[in-house]
Amino acid sequence: MLQILASRGDLVLLRDSVEWEGRSLLKALIREVALKGEQVQVLGCEVSEEVFREGLDSDTNSRLVYHDIFRDPQGWTGNWGPLGILRACLRGAEPGPCTLAVDSLSWLLLHAPCSALCQTLRALGHDNSHPGRVRVLGLLHEDVHGPGPLGALRSLAQIEVTVGGNLGFTTAQVFHPKPRHRSIEQTYWFSILPNFSLEFHKEPLLEPRPHRGPQSPTVDAMADLTFNVHLSKKEREARDTLALPFHFSSEKQQSLLHPALASSTSQIFYEPDADDYLDQEDPDDDLDI
Amino acid sequence: MFPELNNLLNVSPDKPEQGKFTLLCDAKTDGGFLVHHFLSFYLKANCKVCFVALLQSFSHYNIVGQKLGVNLIAARDRGQLVFFEGLKSTVEVLFGSKEQPNTLKFIRESSSDLKSLYEFVQKALTPSGDGSATSWKFPVLLVDDLSVLLSLGVEAVAVLDFIQYCRATVCCQLKGNVVALVHDSDQTEDEENAMLMNALGHQSSLILRAEGLVTGFCKDVHGQLKILRRGLLQPKNDEAEQWNTLLKVIEIPCARARI
Repeated sequence: MLQILASRGDLVLLRDSVEWEGRSLLKALIREVALKGEQVQVLGCEVSEEVFREGLDSDTNSRLVYHDIFRDPQGWTGNWGPLGILRACLRGAEPGPCTLAVDSLSWLLLHAPCSALCQTLRALGHDNSHPGRVRVLGLLHEDVHGPGPLGALRSLAQIEVTVGGNLGFTTAQVFHPKPRHRSIEQTYWFSILPNFSLEFHKEPLLEPRPHRGPQSPTVDAMADLTFNVHLSKKEREARDTLALPFHFSSEKQQSLLHPALASSTSQIFYEPDADDYLDQEDPDDDLDI
Repeated sequence: MFPELNNLLNVSPDKPEQGKFTLLCDAKTDGGFLVHHFLSFYLKANCKVCFVALLQSFSHYNIVGQKLGVNLIAARDRGQLVFFEGLKSTVEVLFGSKEQPNTLKFIRESSSDLKSLYEFVQKALTPSGDGSATSWKFPVLLVDDLSVLLSLGVEAVAVLDFIQYCRATVCCQLKGNVVALVHDSDQTEDEENAMLMNALGHQSSLILRAEGLVTGFCKDVHGQLKILRRGLLQPKNDEAEQWNTLLKVIEIPCARARI
Protein backbone atom coordinates (compact mmCIF):
# COMPACT_ATOMS: atom_id res chain seq x y z
CA MET A 1 0.00 0.00 0.00
CA LEU A 2 2.92 2.32 0.60
CA GLN A 3 3.42 2.62 -3.15
CA ILE A 4 0.70 5.29 -3.02
CA LEU A 5 3.46 7.54 -1.72
CA ALA A 6 5.69 6.74 -4.67
CA SER A 7 4.40 9.40 -7.02
CA ARG A 8 5.21 13.01 -6.24
CA GLY A 9 2.42 15.03 -7.76
CA ASP A 10 -0.57 12.98 -6.64
CA LEU A 11 -3.68 13.94 -4.75
CA VAL A 12 -4.37 11.03 -2.41
CA LEU A 13 -7.86 10.97 -0.90
CA LEU A 14 -8.20 9.18 2.44
CA ARG A 15 -11.90 8.51 2.81
CA ASP A 16 -13.15 7.58 6.24
CA SER A 17 -16.38 7.44 8.21
CA VAL A 18 -17.51 7.95 11.79
CA GLU A 19 -17.21 4.23 12.43
CA TRP A 20 -13.76 3.87 10.79
CA GLU A 21 -11.64 6.95 11.39
CA GLY A 22 -8.86 7.73 8.96
CA ARG A 23 -6.71 10.20 10.90
CA SER A 24 -4.55 7.40 12.24
CA LEU A 25 -3.77 6.24 8.71
CA LEU A 26 -3.02 9.83 7.68
CA LYS A 27 -0.52 10.13 10.52
CA ALA A 28 0.98 6.77 9.61
CA LEU A 29 1.52 7.90 6.01
CA ILE A 30 3.00 11.18 7.25
CA ARG A 31 5.41 9.16 9.36
CA GLU A 32 6.44 7.12 6.31
CA VAL A 33 7.15 10.31 4.36
CA ALA A 34 9.07 11.88 7.25
CA LEU A 35 11.20 8.74 7.63
CA LYS A 36 12.56 9.45 4.14
CA GLY A 37 13.78 12.80 5.39
CA GLU A 38 11.07 14.90 3.73
CA GLN A 39 9.33 17.79 5.37
CA VAL A 40 5.54 17.56 5.72
CA GLN A 41 3.25 20.56 5.82
CA VAL A 42 0.06 19.84 7.77
CA LEU A 43 -3.05 21.98 7.56
CA GLY A 44 -4.81 21.23 10.84
CA CYS A 45 -8.49 22.15 10.86
CA GLU A 46 -10.13 19.60 13.15
CA VAL A 47 -7.75 18.80 15.97
CA SER A 48 -5.21 20.79 17.90
CA GLU A 49 -1.52 20.60 17.10
CA GLU A 50 -0.88 18.86 20.39
CA VAL A 51 -3.39 16.13 19.64
CA PHE A 52 -2.10 15.68 16.09
CA ARG A 53 1.51 15.32 17.16
CA GLU A 54 0.59 12.90 19.94
CA GLY A 55 2.11 9.48 19.38
CA LEU A 56 4.53 10.53 16.64
CA ASP A 57 8.21 10.13 17.35
CA SER A 58 10.49 13.13 17.74
CA ASP A 59 12.10 12.72 14.30
CA THR A 60 8.70 12.82 12.61
CA ASN A 61 7.57 15.76 14.70
CA SER A 62 10.69 17.69 13.83
CA ARG A 63 9.87 17.38 10.11
CA LEU A 64 6.23 18.30 10.61
CA VAL A 65 5.15 21.91 10.11
CA TYR A 66 1.66 22.46 11.52
CA HIS A 67 -0.57 25.25 10.17
CA ASP A 68 -3.31 25.70 12.75
CA ILE A 69 -6.86 26.67 11.76
CA PHE A 70 -8.38 24.59 14.55
CA ARG A 71 -8.23 27.26 17.23
CA ASP A 72 -9.94 29.96 15.18
CA PRO A 73 -12.14 28.39 12.49
CA GLN A 74 -14.10 31.53 11.71
CA GLY A 75 -11.18 33.91 11.72
CA TRP A 76 -12.27 35.97 14.69
CA THR A 77 -8.63 36.83 15.29
CA GLY A 78 -8.18 37.85 11.69
CA ASN A 79 -6.77 35.00 9.65
CA TRP A 80 -6.86 34.90 5.87
CA GLY A 81 -9.58 32.38 5.31
CA PRO A 82 -9.23 28.64 4.90
CA LEU A 83 -8.21 28.54 1.24
CA GLY A 84 -5.72 31.35 1.75
CA ILE A 85 -4.07 29.39 4.51
CA LEU A 86 -4.11 26.27 2.32
CA ARG A 87 -2.19 28.12 -0.38
CA ALA A 88 0.14 29.65 2.21
CA CYS A 89 1.16 26.22 3.52
CA LEU A 90 3.59 25.79 0.66
CA ARG A 91 5.14 29.25 0.78
CA GLY A 92 7.34 28.46 3.72
CA ALA A 93 8.15 24.96 2.51
CA GLU A 94 11.58 23.88 1.43
CA PRO A 95 12.11 23.89 -2.34
CA GLY A 96 11.83 20.56 -4.05
CA PRO A 97 9.47 17.67 -3.39
CA CYS A 98 6.84 18.56 -0.88
CA THR A 99 4.05 16.74 0.94
CA LEU A 100 0.97 18.56 2.17
CA ALA A 101 -1.39 16.76 4.54
CA VAL A 102 -4.86 18.30 4.86
CA ASP A 103 -6.86 17.43 7.98
CA SER A 104 -9.39 17.63 6.64
CA LEU A 105 -10.73 18.30 3.17
CA SER A 106 -14.20 17.90 4.66
CA TRP A 107 -13.64 20.88 6.89
CA LEU A 108 -12.52 22.95 3.90
CA LEU A 109 -15.54 21.79 1.90
CA LEU A 110 -17.86 23.01 4.65
CA HIS A 111 -16.18 26.41 4.83
CA ALA A 112 -15.45 27.15 1.20
CA PRO A 113 -17.22 26.58 -2.10
CA CYS A 114 -16.47 23.21 -3.63
CA SER A 115 -15.38 24.71 -6.94
CA ALA A 116 -12.93 27.09 -5.23
CA LEU A 117 -11.44 24.25 -3.21
CA CYS A 118 -11.03 22.10 -6.32
CA GLN A 119 -9.35 24.96 -8.17
CA THR A 120 -7.01 25.57 -5.24
CA LEU A 121 -6.07 21.90 -5.00
CA ARG A 122 -5.41 21.75 -8.72
CA ALA A 123 -3.30 24.88 -8.57
CA LEU A 124 -1.18 23.42 -5.76
CA GLY A 125 0.23 20.90 -8.18
CA HIS A 126 1.34 23.71 -10.46
CA ASP A 127 3.01 25.74 -7.77
CA ASN A 128 6.06 27.51 -9.23
CA SER A 129 8.36 26.64 -6.36
CA HIS A 130 7.30 22.99 -6.44
CA PRO A 131 6.38 22.32 -10.07
CA GLY A 132 4.57 18.99 -10.30
CA ARG A 133 6.12 17.72 -7.10
CA VAL A 134 3.51 18.48 -4.48
CA ARG A 135 1.95 15.41 -3.00
CA VAL A 136 -1.34 16.14 -1.20
CA LEU A 137 -2.73 13.69 1.36
CA GLY A 138 -6.32 14.78 2.03
CA LEU A 139 -8.56 13.32 4.72
CA LEU A 140 -12.19 13.25 3.60
CA HIS A 141 -15.18 12.22 5.73
CA GLU A 142 -17.38 10.64 3.11
CA ASP A 143 -20.45 10.46 5.37
CA VAL A 144 -20.57 14.24 5.78
CA HIS A 145 -21.01 15.29 2.18
CA GLY A 146 -23.38 14.65 -0.64
CA PRO A 147 -22.49 12.90 -3.87
CA GLY A 148 -21.72 16.18 -5.70
CA PRO A 149 -18.73 17.39 -3.65
CA LEU A 150 -17.48 13.83 -3.22
CA GLY A 151 -17.59 13.26 -6.93
CA ALA A 152 -15.78 16.52 -7.64
CA LEU A 153 -12.90 15.64 -5.34
CA ARG A 154 -12.75 12.08 -6.60
CA SER A 155 -12.36 13.36 -10.13
CA LEU A 156 -9.28 15.31 -9.02
CA ALA A 157 -7.68 12.50 -7.07
CA GLN A 158 -5.10 10.16 -8.54
CA ILE A 159 -5.47 7.67 -5.69
CA GLU A 160 -8.36 6.93 -3.34
CA VAL A 161 -7.94 5.04 -0.09
CA THR A 162 -11.15 4.08 1.68
CA VAL A 163 -10.77 3.07 5.30
CA GLY A 164 -13.19 0.44 6.46
CA GLY A 165 -13.45 -2.80 8.29
CA ASN A 166 -14.17 -6.42 7.52
CA LEU A 167 -14.21 -9.53 9.67
CA GLY A 168 -12.92 -7.55 12.63
CA PHE A 169 -9.95 -6.07 10.75
CA THR A 170 -9.26 -2.58 9.50
CA THR A 171 -9.03 -2.41 5.76
CA ALA A 172 -7.80 0.10 3.24
CA GLN A 173 -9.31 -0.19 -0.18
CA VAL A 174 -6.94 1.47 -2.62
CA PHE A 175 -8.39 2.59 -5.93
CA HIS A 176 -6.07 3.90 -8.60
CA PRO A 177 -8.05 5.08 -11.62
CA LYS A 178 -5.97 5.18 -14.76
CA PRO A 179 -7.34 6.97 -17.83
CA ARG A 180 -7.30 4.77 -20.93
CA HIS A 181 -6.08 1.86 -18.81
CA ARG A 182 -7.64 -0.59 -16.46
CA SER A 183 -8.07 0.85 -12.98
CA ILE A 184 -6.23 -0.79 -10.15
CA GLU A 185 -8.12 -1.73 -7.02
CA GLN A 186 -6.69 -3.61 -4.11
CA THR A 187 -7.65 -4.20 -0.47
CA TYR A 188 -5.11 -4.26 2.34
CA TRP A 189 -5.66 -5.54 5.86
CA PHE A 190 -3.62 -3.61 8.35
CA SER A 191 -3.30 -2.31 11.84
CA ILE A 192 -1.61 0.81 13.16
CA LEU A 193 0.81 0.36 16.00
CA PRO A 194 1.08 2.88 18.86
CA ASN A 195 4.03 4.59 17.15
CA PHE A 196 1.91 4.95 13.97
CA SER A 197 3.89 2.43 12.00
CA LEU A 198 1.84 0.23 9.68
CA GLU A 199 1.56 -3.51 10.09
CA PHE A 200 0.01 -5.41 7.23
CA HIS A 201 -1.82 -8.70 7.56
CA LYS A 202 -2.80 -11.42 5.18
CA GLU A 203 -6.37 -11.64 4.05
CA PRO A 204 -8.22 -13.26 6.93
CA LEU A 205 -10.28 -16.42 6.60
CA LEU A 206 -14.01 -16.11 6.10
CA GLU A 207 -14.73 -17.28 9.64
CA PRO A 208 -15.29 -14.19 11.74
CA ARG A 209 -13.20 -13.70 14.80
CA PRO A 210 -14.94 -14.58 18.05
CA HIS A 211 -16.97 -11.66 19.21
CA ARG A 212 -15.57 -9.95 22.23
CA GLY A 213 -17.92 -8.38 24.67
CA PRO A 214 -17.48 -5.08 26.50
CA GLN A 215 -14.31 -4.52 28.45
CA SER A 216 -16.10 -4.79 31.77
CA PRO A 217 -19.25 -6.89 31.25
CA THR A 218 -20.54 -6.48 34.74
CA VAL A 219 -24.17 -5.92 33.78
CA ASP A 220 -26.41 -8.89 33.05
CA ALA A 221 -29.22 -7.64 30.83
CA MET A 222 -31.30 -10.75 31.57
CA ALA A 223 -31.24 -10.25 35.31
CA ASP A 224 -34.12 -8.76 37.25
CA LEU A 225 -36.51 -8.72 34.32
CA THR A 226 -40.16 -8.13 35.06
CA PHE A 227 -41.23 -10.52 32.32
CA ASN A 228 -40.40 -14.13 31.61
CA VAL A 229 -38.33 -14.86 28.52
CA HIS A 230 -37.92 -18.57 29.17
CA LEU A 231 -40.29 -21.55 29.02
CA SER A 232 -40.33 -24.39 31.48
CA LYS A 233 -40.34 -27.94 30.17
CA LYS A 234 -44.03 -28.32 30.97
CA GLU A 235 -44.88 -25.05 29.25
CA ARG A 236 -42.86 -26.06 26.19
CA GLU A 237 -44.69 -29.37 25.94
CA ALA A 238 -48.06 -27.68 26.30
CA ARG A 239 -47.14 -25.22 23.58
CA ASP A 240 -46.01 -27.95 21.22
CA THR A 241 -49.23 -29.96 21.67
CA LEU A 242 -51.53 -27.00 21.26
CA ALA A 243 -53.66 -27.23 18.14
CA LEU A 244 -54.03 -24.00 16.28
CA PRO A 245 -57.67 -22.96 15.87
CA PHE A 246 -57.66 -22.58 12.10
CA HIS A 247 -55.25 -25.34 11.26
CA PHE A 248 -57.03 -28.00 9.22
CA SER A 249 -55.53 -31.06 10.84
CA SER A 250 -56.37 -34.67 10.04
CA GLU A 251 -58.35 -34.95 13.27
CA LYS A 252 -60.54 -32.07 12.30
CA GLN A 253 -61.07 -33.49 8.85
CA GLN A 254 -62.20 -36.78 10.31
CA SER A 255 -64.58 -35.06 12.67
CA LEU A 256 -66.21 -33.32 9.73
CA LEU A 257 -66.42 -36.41 7.58
CA HIS A 258 -67.78 -38.53 10.38
CA PRO A 259 -69.82 -36.33 12.64
CA ALA A 260 -70.64 -37.71 16.08
CA LEU A 261 -74.15 -38.82 17.20
CA ALA A 262 -76.82 -36.14 17.48
CA SER A 263 -76.99 -36.53 21.24
CA SER A 264 -73.38 -35.57 21.62
CA THR A 265 -73.34 -32.72 19.13
CA SER A 266 -75.19 -29.46 18.94
CA GLN A 267 -77.78 -28.93 16.28
CA ILE A 268 -79.01 -25.88 14.51
CA PHE A 269 -82.75 -25.49 14.04
CA TYR A 270 -83.79 -23.17 11.25
CA GLU A 271 -87.33 -21.97 10.72
CA PRO A 272 -87.60 -20.06 7.49
CA ASP A 273 -89.82 -17.02 7.32
CA ALA A 274 -92.81 -16.92 5.10
CA ASP A 275 -91.08 -14.47 2.80
CA ASP A 276 -87.93 -16.52 2.44
CA TYR A 277 -87.18 -17.84 -1.00
CA LEU A 278 -85.95 -21.36 -0.87
CA ASP A 279 -84.20 -22.43 -3.98
CA GLN A 280 -84.92 -26.07 -4.51
CA GLU A 281 -81.79 -26.42 -6.54
CA ASP A 282 -78.91 -26.52 -4.07
CA PRO A 283 -75.78 -25.06 -5.74
CA ASP A 284 -73.61 -27.13 -3.43
CA ASP A 285 -75.38 -30.29 -4.27
CA ASP A 286 -72.64 -31.49 -6.52
CA LEU A 287 -69.91 -31.08 -3.96
CA ASP A 288 -68.53 -34.30 -2.62
CA ILE A 289 -67.77 -33.57 1.00
CA MET B 1 -26.20 9.25 37.41
CA PHE B 2 -26.52 5.65 36.33
CA PRO B 3 -23.87 3.34 37.78
CA GLU B 4 -24.51 0.79 35.02
CA LEU B 5 -23.52 3.32 32.37
CA ASN B 6 -20.41 4.20 34.35
CA ASN B 7 -19.49 0.52 34.38
CA LEU B 8 -19.94 0.23 30.65
CA LEU B 9 -17.80 3.30 30.04
CA ASN B 10 -15.30 2.23 32.69
CA VAL B 11 -15.37 5.61 34.40
CA SER B 12 -16.38 6.88 37.81
CA PRO B 13 -16.71 10.30 39.46
CA ASP B 14 -13.42 9.56 41.19
CA LYS B 15 -11.52 9.01 37.94
CA PRO B 16 -13.22 10.84 35.09
CA GLU B 17 -11.52 11.25 31.74
CA GLN B 18 -10.36 14.69 30.64
CA GLY B 19 -9.97 16.53 27.38
CA LYS B 20 -12.76 14.62 25.64
CA PHE B 21 -15.72 15.51 23.48
CA THR B 22 -18.66 13.16 23.98
CA LEU B 23 -21.49 13.15 21.48
CA LEU B 24 -24.94 12.01 22.58
CA CYS B 25 -27.44 11.00 19.89
CA ASP B 26 -30.95 9.67 19.99
CA ALA B 27 -33.13 8.15 17.32
CA LYS B 28 -36.75 7.08 17.78
CA THR B 29 -36.43 7.57 21.50
CA ASP B 30 -35.60 10.29 24.00
CA GLY B 31 -31.92 10.50 24.84
CA GLY B 32 -32.44 13.16 27.49
CA PHE B 33 -31.60 10.66 30.22
CA LEU B 34 -28.01 10.73 28.98
CA VAL B 35 -27.89 14.48 29.56
CA HIS B 36 -29.17 14.03 33.09
CA HIS B 37 -26.63 11.28 33.65
CA PHE B 38 -23.65 13.38 32.65
CA LEU B 39 -24.93 16.43 34.51
CA SER B 40 -25.15 14.49 37.76
CA PHE B 41 -21.92 12.60 36.99
CA TYR B 42 -19.78 15.70 36.58
CA LEU B 43 -21.37 17.52 39.53
CA LYS B 44 -20.58 14.52 41.70
CA ALA B 45 -17.08 14.45 40.22
CA ASN B 46 -16.59 17.98 41.61
CA CYS B 47 -16.22 19.56 38.18
CA LYS B 48 -17.20 23.08 37.23
CA VAL B 49 -20.15 22.65 34.87
CA CYS B 50 -21.51 25.11 32.36
CA PHE B 51 -24.88 23.82 31.23
CA VAL B 52 -26.34 25.41 28.10
CA ALA B 53 -29.94 24.25 28.43
CA LEU B 54 -31.96 25.16 25.37
CA LEU B 55 -34.67 22.56 25.68
CA GLN B 56 -36.07 22.59 29.21
CA SER B 57 -36.35 24.89 32.17
CA PHE B 58 -34.08 24.91 35.18
CA SER B 59 -36.75 23.43 37.40
CA HIS B 60 -37.12 20.44 35.10
CA TYR B 61 -33.44 19.56 35.31
CA ASN B 62 -33.46 20.24 39.05
CA ILE B 63 -36.36 17.88 39.69
CA VAL B 64 -34.74 15.11 37.70
CA GLY B 65 -31.35 15.87 39.21
CA GLN B 66 -32.73 15.43 42.72
CA LYS B 67 -33.84 11.92 41.78
CA LEU B 68 -30.30 11.28 40.61
CA GLY B 69 -28.79 12.61 43.80
CA VAL B 70 -27.71 16.13 42.90
CA ASN B 71 -29.12 19.49 43.94
CA LEU B 72 -28.78 21.96 41.08
CA ILE B 73 -29.86 24.92 43.21
CA ALA B 74 -27.12 24.23 45.72
CA ALA B 75 -24.59 23.64 42.92
CA ARG B 76 -25.52 26.93 41.32
CA ASP B 77 -25.34 28.81 44.61
CA ARG B 78 -21.85 27.56 45.42
CA GLY B 79 -20.64 28.45 41.94
CA GLN B 80 -20.12 24.92 40.68
CA LEU B 81 -22.93 25.11 38.13
CA VAL B 82 -23.38 27.90 35.62
CA PHE B 83 -26.81 27.39 34.11
CA PHE B 84 -27.88 29.09 30.91
CA GLU B 85 -31.66 28.87 30.59
CA GLY B 86 -32.31 29.13 26.87
CA LEU B 87 -36.08 29.30 27.17
CA LYS B 88 -35.93 32.37 29.39
CA SER B 89 -33.34 34.08 27.21
CA THR B 90 -35.44 33.44 24.12
CA VAL B 91 -38.37 35.29 25.69
CA GLU B 92 -36.10 38.19 26.55
CA VAL B 93 -34.78 38.31 23.00
CA LEU B 94 -38.21 38.31 21.45
CA PHE B 95 -39.96 40.65 23.86
CA GLY B 96 -37.13 42.60 25.43
CA SER B 97 -35.37 45.75 24.37
CA LYS B 98 -33.26 45.49 21.24
CA GLU B 99 -30.45 47.41 22.86
CA GLN B 100 -30.25 44.95 25.72
CA PRO B 101 -27.38 42.51 25.13
CA ASN B 102 -28.43 38.88 24.97
CA THR B 103 -26.51 35.66 24.51
CA LEU B 104 -29.09 34.46 21.99
CA LYS B 105 -29.17 37.70 20.01
CA PHE B 106 -28.66 35.71 16.82
CA ILE B 107 -32.38 34.91 16.97
CA ARG B 108 -33.26 38.58 16.65
CA GLU B 109 -30.65 39.23 14.02
CA SER B 110 -31.54 36.12 11.99
CA SER B 111 -27.88 35.36 11.76
CA SER B 112 -25.74 32.35 12.55
CA ASP B 113 -23.28 34.19 14.76
CA LEU B 114 -22.84 32.14 17.93
CA LYS B 115 -19.91 34.19 19.14
CA SER B 116 -21.90 35.61 22.07
CA LEU B 117 -22.87 32.10 23.17
CA TYR B 118 -19.25 30.99 22.95
CA GLU B 119 -18.12 34.02 24.95
CA PHE B 120 -20.66 33.12 27.63
CA VAL B 121 -19.19 29.61 27.85
CA GLN B 122 -15.64 30.91 27.84
CA LYS B 123 -16.36 33.37 30.62
CA ALA B 124 -18.20 30.74 32.67
CA LEU B 125 -15.46 28.12 32.56
CA THR B 126 -12.23 30.09 32.35
CA PRO B 127 -10.77 30.46 35.83
CA SER B 128 -11.18 33.98 37.11
CA GLY B 129 -7.74 34.04 38.63
CA ASP B 130 -8.85 34.91 42.14
CA GLY B 131 -8.34 31.36 43.34
CA SER B 132 -12.03 30.61 43.90
CA ALA B 133 -12.38 28.35 40.82
CA THR B 134 -9.30 26.26 41.46
CA SER B 135 -11.18 24.05 43.91
CA TRP B 136 -13.02 22.33 41.04
CA LYS B 137 -11.49 19.36 39.27
CA PHE B 138 -11.82 20.56 35.64
CA PRO B 139 -14.44 22.41 33.58
CA VAL B 140 -17.22 20.72 31.65
CA LEU B 141 -19.55 22.12 29.01
CA LEU B 142 -22.90 20.38 28.61
CA VAL B 143 -25.30 21.33 25.79
CA ASP B 144 -28.93 20.21 25.52
CA ASP B 145 -29.37 20.18 22.64
CA LEU B 146 -27.70 21.31 19.42
CA SER B 147 -30.64 20.44 17.18
CA VAL B 148 -32.52 23.31 18.80
CA LEU B 149 -29.98 25.72 17.31
CA LEU B 150 -30.75 24.37 13.85
CA SER B 151 -34.45 24.87 14.54
CA LEU B 152 -33.72 28.46 15.49
CA GLY B 153 -32.23 29.07 12.06
CA VAL B 154 -28.54 28.68 12.82
CA GLU B 155 -26.57 27.10 10.01
CA ALA B 156 -25.05 23.70 10.67
CA VAL B 157 -21.53 24.94 9.90
CA ALA B 158 -21.96 27.70 12.50
CA VAL B 159 -22.95 25.09 15.10
CA LEU B 160 -19.91 23.00 14.14
CA ASP B 161 -17.64 26.00 14.53
CA PHE B 162 -19.22 26.85 17.88
CA ILE B 163 -18.46 23.35 19.16
CA GLN B 164 -14.96 23.59 17.71
CA TYR B 165 -14.30 26.86 19.54
CA CYS B 166 -15.61 25.24 22.72
CA ARG B 167 -13.39 22.20 22.20
CA ALA B 168 -10.37 24.40 21.62
CA THR B 169 -11.02 26.29 24.84
CA VAL B 170 -12.55 23.69 27.14
CA CYS B 171 -10.83 20.48 25.98
CA CYS B 172 -7.46 21.68 24.73
CA GLN B 173 -6.76 24.81 26.76
CA LEU B 174 -8.56 24.06 30.04
CA LYS B 175 -8.26 20.22 29.81
CA GLY B 176 -11.96 19.80 30.40
CA ASN B 177 -14.77 17.94 28.63
CA VAL B 178 -17.58 18.85 26.27
CA VAL B 179 -20.80 16.84 26.10
CA ALA B 180 -23.51 17.66 23.58
CA LEU B 181 -26.76 16.07 22.51
CA VAL B 182 -28.02 16.06 18.94
CA HIS B 183 -31.08 14.31 17.60
CA ASP B 184 -30.95 11.96 14.66
CA SER B 185 -33.48 13.09 12.10
CA ASP B 186 -33.33 9.89 10.10
CA GLN B 187 -37.06 9.74 9.50
CA THR B 188 -37.49 13.39 8.60
CA GLU B 189 -34.56 13.29 6.12
CA ASP B 190 -33.12 16.55 7.40
CA GLU B 191 -29.87 16.74 5.46
CA GLU B 192 -28.46 19.59 7.51
CA ASN B 193 -29.09 17.78 10.79
CA ALA B 194 -27.61 14.58 9.40
CA MET B 195 -24.51 16.45 8.25
CA LEU B 196 -24.19 18.10 11.66
CA MET B 197 -24.49 14.78 13.45
CA ASN B 198 -21.93 13.02 11.24
CA ALA B 199 -19.49 15.92 11.34
CA LEU B 200 -19.75 16.08 15.15
CA GLY B 201 -19.21 12.34 15.21
CA HIS B 202 -15.85 12.84 13.52
CA GLN B 203 -14.88 15.40 16.17
CA SER B 204 -15.83 13.21 19.10
CA SER B 205 -13.90 10.59 21.03
CA LEU B 206 -17.00 8.88 22.40
CA ILE B 207 -20.46 8.52 20.86
CA LEU B 208 -23.45 7.31 22.85
CA ARG B 209 -26.44 6.60 20.68
CA ALA B 210 -29.81 5.77 22.21
CA GLU B 211 -32.13 4.07 19.75
CA GLY B 212 -35.66 2.83 19.97
CA LEU B 213 -36.27 -0.80 19.18
CA VAL B 214 -36.63 -1.64 15.50
CA THR B 215 -39.66 -3.76 16.30
CA GLY B 216 -41.47 -0.83 17.86
CA PHE B 217 -42.62 0.12 21.31
CA CYS B 218 -42.17 -2.34 24.12
CA LYS B 219 -43.31 -1.84 27.68
CA ASP B 220 -40.32 -3.37 29.35
CA VAL B 221 -37.44 -2.50 27.05
CA HIS B 222 -37.33 1.04 25.74
CA GLY B 223 -34.44 0.72 23.38
CA GLN B 224 -30.79 0.04 23.01
CA LEU B 225 -27.70 2.06 23.65
CA LYS B 226 -24.81 1.97 21.20
CA ILE B 227 -21.42 3.00 22.49
CA LEU B 228 -18.69 3.85 20.00
CA ARG B 229 -15.21 4.82 21.07
CA ARG B 230 -13.19 6.75 18.54
CA GLY B 231 -9.55 7.31 19.06
CA LEU B 232 -6.32 7.63 17.24
CA LEU B 233 -4.80 4.55 18.76
CA GLN B 234 -7.76 2.25 19.13
CA PRO B 235 -6.77 -1.15 17.79
CA LYS B 236 -9.94 -2.03 15.96
CA ASN B 237 -9.24 -5.72 15.70
CA ASP B 238 -8.28 -6.27 19.29
CA GLU B 239 -10.76 -4.84 21.70
CA ALA B 240 -14.42 -4.26 21.09
CA GLU B 241 -14.93 -0.55 20.75
CA GLN B 242 -18.53 -0.64 19.76
CA TRP B 243 -21.16 -2.58 21.52
CA ASN B 244 -24.88 -2.48 22.09
CA THR B 245 -26.72 -2.84 25.30
CA LEU B 246 -30.41 -2.90 26.05
CA LEU B 247 -31.85 -0.24 28.23
CA LYS B 248 -35.00 0.41 30.11
CA VAL B 249 -35.87 3.88 31.25
CA ILE B 250 -37.87 3.93 34.43
CA GLU B 251 -40.16 6.78 35.25
CA ILE B 252 -40.26 8.80 32.10
CA PRO B 253 -38.96 11.46 31.68
CA CYS B 254 -35.63 9.96 32.38
CA ALA B 255 -35.55 9.80 36.12
CA ARG B 256 -33.67 6.56 36.23
CA ALA B 257 -32.46 4.08 33.69
CA ARG B 258 -31.55 0.49 34.04
CA ILE B 259 -28.98 -0.51 31.51
